[in-house]
Amino acid sequence: MALQVVLKKKLEYIDIDVSFSCEADSLLVLIGPSGGGKSSIIRMMSGLDKPDAGSIVCNGKTWYDSESRIFLPPQKRRLGYVFQDYTLFPHLSLYENAAFAAVDKKEVDRLMEFFGIGHLREQRPHKVSGGERQRCAICQALAREPQLLLLDEPFSALDVITRRVLREELKHLKQKLSYPFVYVTHDIGEALFLADEILPVVDGKIDKGWMQRTITREPSAGLSPKATREPRLSLVY
Amino acid sequence: MDYLSLFVSFKLAVVTTSLLMILAAPLAYFLAYARFPGKSLLEAMLNLPLALPPTVLGFYLLVMMGPMGMGGRMWESLGGGPLLFTFTGIVVAALVYSMPFAIQPMKAAFEKIDRRLMENAYVLGLSRLKTFIRVIIPNSLNGIAAAAILVFLHSMGAFGVLLMVGGSIPGETKVASIAIYEAVETMKYTEAALMSLCFIPVSYGFLLLMNRLNRD
Repeated sequence: MALQVVLKKKLEYIDIDVSFSCEADSLLVLIGPSGGGKSSIIRMMSGLDKPDAGSIVCNGKTWYDSESRIFLPPQKRRLGYVFQDYTLFPHLSLYENAAFAAVDKKEVDRLMEFFGIGHLREQRPHKVSGGERQRCAICQALAREPQLLLLDEPFSALDVITRRVLREELKHLKQKLSYPFVYVTHDIGEALFLADEILPVVDGKIDKGWMQRTITREPSAGLSPKATREPRLSLVY
Repeated sequence: MDYLSLFVSFKLAVVTTSLLMILAAPLAYFLAYARFPGKSLLEAMLNLPLALPPTVLGFYLLVMMGPMGMGGRMWESLGGGPLLFTFTGIVVAALVYSMPFAIQPMKAAFEKIDRRLMENAYVLGLSRLKTFIRVIIPNSLNGIAAAAILVFLHSMGAFGVLLMVGGSIPGETKVASIAIYEAVETMKYTEAALMSLCFIPVSYGFLLLMNRLNRD
């Protein structure tokens, strides 16, 4: 497994206690209601927050292990992290943002072209649309040549159409890359479209039945319960 | 007109502003982001020059910077010579006196920066120091410029503190505000008026600039 995660942390309202793993070519979606601990999990995976106990091993390298007291800070974990919004550096152009931590500057141009923002390279973040900003944020994360890409509801602030287009671009991109993606969302449709594996997280724990219960209860989600039994969906624990 | 004292005032303001920007930036960063017991005590101590009468602050600096004072002895042991009644001495006094004017606007500017920008810099591999230099400073330029303007104007106009620590040695410690006071004492009102007039456009211009910075 490219990624193995065991995390425990006591938060103010919930206790997080999860264990999961992910293959290198997989896009794992963490799904669940707001406040369930999904974002806290990927913040701990990134090193921005410290768990109380557990371990994180990525590509054979231990990023965190409470028993042997290993805790690599975010700077030493080779990962990409796409936040919800507003994390591009406002004093830099889109190109400077994308190239901020780039290993290979030529790759930045290629990525910007792939995401259709090559013509905006000199623009500042506040001059472009939310979708273009998030495309740039993905370029910024990928240009670091990470071993793991974390995405925390990256498209939730965008309109429906842009969100759909970006989902497709992301799915297309994932097919070309051979490291795991961990994607946080509360949108079931988004999860079913993107995921190779789905991990429902409710109140800090993995809840196998959450998707089924939610879809059955909320037909407005536009999905029949049958959809959850599609072969693409494989719950991992 | 006493051009020499105007020059000393200008030199003092430039030196104090330059030094204080370098000294106060890490302090402001520390106060903006660090959490530790006694933080409010430290902050209040650094802001004390705002609340103390300048002559009181000047008196304590006089005692501390004298040959028997802790500061004076430390400076001399480093081979710095005497501090009192020297230009270096009034620079030290102006640094202490203007410290809150540097720290407060910078701290406010640092606190305004979205924490997610810093977190993004960390996950992109930047250390705290590099994040400070490459992300925090460029996004706090208005606050830093406001701090520089306030410190410059405050140092240009300092009087009581400088008089206590530096006296009135022409070309060394006699600044324009002391020269104006002495001119009035000796009934040279025209000279006092002309020297005072020099301050008006400088102060007004800098305040207009600061208003503009606050608007951006």
